Amino acid sequence: MAKDNTAIAQDISISTLVSIGEHPLSGRPRRAEQDARAIELGLKSATDKLNCLYAGPALNTNATDVLRDYLGMGLKHIQIIDVPEHTDVTTTLLEYFSANTPDVILTGVQAEKGESSGMLPYLLAEQLNIPIVASITHIVSIDKQAGHAKVLQALPRGQRRKVKVNLPFIATVDISAPAPRQSAYGCAMRGELVVKQCNAYHKDFEQSKWQVNGAQKRPKRLKVVKAKTAADRFKAATAKVQGGAGKVIYDSEESTQEILKMLISEGVI
Amino acid sequence: MHDIFRRDPRAQWIGRNRLHPLHQANSAQPKRGPSGLLRKNLHNIGFIGPNGINRIDRSGDSNHSPLNRISVKPAELTLPLHQVEEADFYILVALDLVSARLTSHDRDTLGLAHQLANNNNGKGAVLAVAFGELKEDKLETAGIDRLIHFDSSEYQRYNPEQRCVDLYNIVNALQPKHILLPDSIHGGGDLGRRLAARLGQRAACGVWKVTDEQLLCRGAAGKTDIIRPMTQILLVLEECCEPVSETRHQSQLLPFYTAAINSSVLDQGNLSVDPSAVNLAEAGFILSGGNGVKDWPVFHLTAKTLGATEGASRVSVDDGYMPRDRQVGASGTWVTAKVYIAVGISGAIQHMQGIAQCDKVVAINSDDKCDMVKRADLSAIGDSTVILNDLRNLVEQHRAGQNAGQNHQYEGVNHGKG
Repeated sequence: MAKDNTAIAQDISISTLVSIGEHPLSGRPRRAEQDARAIELGLKSATDKLNCLYAGPALNTNATDVLRDYLGMGLKHIQIIDVPEHTDVTTTLLEYFSANTPDVILTGVQAEKGESSGMLPYLLAEQLNIPIVASITHIVSIDKQAGHAKVLQALPRGQRRKVKVNLPFIATVDISAPAPRQSAYGCAMRGELVVKQCNAYHKDFEQSKWQVNGAQKRPKRLKVVKAKTAADRFKAATAKVQGGAGKVIYDSEESTQEILKMLISEGVI
Repeated sequence: MHDIFRRDPRAQWIGRNRLHPLHQANSAQPKRGPSGLLRKNLHNIGFIGPNGINRIDRSGDSNHSPLNRISVKPAELTLPLHQVEEADFYILVALDLVSARLTSHDRDTLGLAHQLANNNNGKGAVLAVAFGELKEDKLETAGIDRLIHFDSSEYQRYNPEQRCVDLYNIVNALQPKHILLPDSIHGGGDLGRRLAARLGQRAACGVWKVTDEQLLCRGAAGKTDIIRPMTQILLVLEECCEPVSETRHQSQLLPFYTAAINSSVLDQGNLSVDPSAVNLAEAGFILSGGNGVKDWPVFHLTAKTLGATEGASRVSVDDGYMPRDRQVGASGTWVTAKVYIAVGISGAIQHMQGIAQCDKVVAINSDDKCDMVKRADLSAIGDSTVILNDLRNLVEQHRAGQNAGQNHQYEGVNHGKG
């Protein structure tokens, strides 16, 4: 469902940072889900001034296939900064953005490969000295004259919070943002991958010292009964779940009153 | 002279003779024999059964409790107080505090902080920082040695930049050995990353196991495990450590003053979300209809009035009254609602599996012996249409009463699905 775009002026520049995603079960490279939603948000807000940026190895087929998928969403070009694997791209992106800071920078919450700490947007925000809003789902309006924007932030249980943030800002896009559009082959072929070589880059030395294994299943927490005697432990183990604890009301007026009281006390009304 | 056991022959003679006027067979004090051993009175266990014969029921679940039994409550254990007068170092923990209470994730983080403060004979203190209101009544057993509480009205709303600056000032002033935050969606993950960026340090995110010098973190969005050396800032996952349960703690308030800053990120309040747009698995309030719902338009209208997400049992979905993605149960969605109202649902075991995680269950049914009524915390027995209509009218009246008191503008924005 498209939001009304008239609340966003036409001279806003939006940049989206994308990465190569990985399917959780098969490991196949694909569009990263949150990054695709970031592009979707950018396309809905400012179709022509959307700048999409990828920093990473660009020459292998995996990367180009996935970048073509991103192009298939209707982007004219993707700006690629070609750095080798295991580079710390924070400094690279910092250089790129400090030269020309866009009004809005959109990223996903965390990457689908590697360390996936989600720190990059925070580091960029700190170094560029601009505010960051985490987990947004919609951009409601951007007012360049007043210098602020209104976004919706995702809260647990499907709730949304309205946030007003000063321009320029960085926002991470939550998984509950509107679903990204399908990738079209024609657009993918027409789009351009503009590669920019980068000679000065930092290798992430710390990460090379870590050991990475496949995720093991985390042990489930057992309910340990703090009982001193064997009789107590036996009683706890064989205790039936309390069934008849609830109130049963036969009068419809009284029951509706009770239900309303409970709904108010739980805070849902 | 008080510890010598002296017989009173007259009292013992009276005690042996039930017909004596001064005989009190059922005195509360347990009788003791000559060597001090407790004597059981064999004649007053059991009750007179239906056929006049004395019955002893040892299964424990009959209504006839023995007349003499003084129900002994388990002695309230007072846990030992863990006192820290002079702390060698601090372990800083920033609490999440959902609706002013400590979450289980907070308690796990405090448990880990306690472990880090005290293993290898360390003498650290766990310093917890609480933002906003704190209404927790079990604060003593949470494991907090020192507490810094920011409770001005500023902190009632979302102000991450102010909180980050406060934590930054605390870290500079007190130089904690470790900084722990719960890596959660309730604000801990956001705040921890802001702080790490501000301090210029590399935080370990998604930590789920801490050994002495090594951390085990989740990487690649949960697909890999990373073993890395210990860092100062840890963002820990749920159940990373056992919460504190063996000791009480001081929770001594430490005063701390920080300046207010101009935030660039301002909270404008929550948006009222259309309940039908919320994912059923994470909805907080669900109205679920089953075979006993005869009037479906009334059901839909009530759901709309209450602002509840609609759910259904398998029977209603199979009959076509509700779409398949609304099915609650073992083969449908497993819901985690705070309040679950089941209308006309009998409570088949597969449905019960789906609502196992719900906090409060309300059953509206015409049958008071069904399993749903047994499971529910509140049951209304009667005709579902009548009860739903009554409930709807009552809620409308309540809302009208509230609106007369305050002028509130509700903006409803329909997000649609997805």
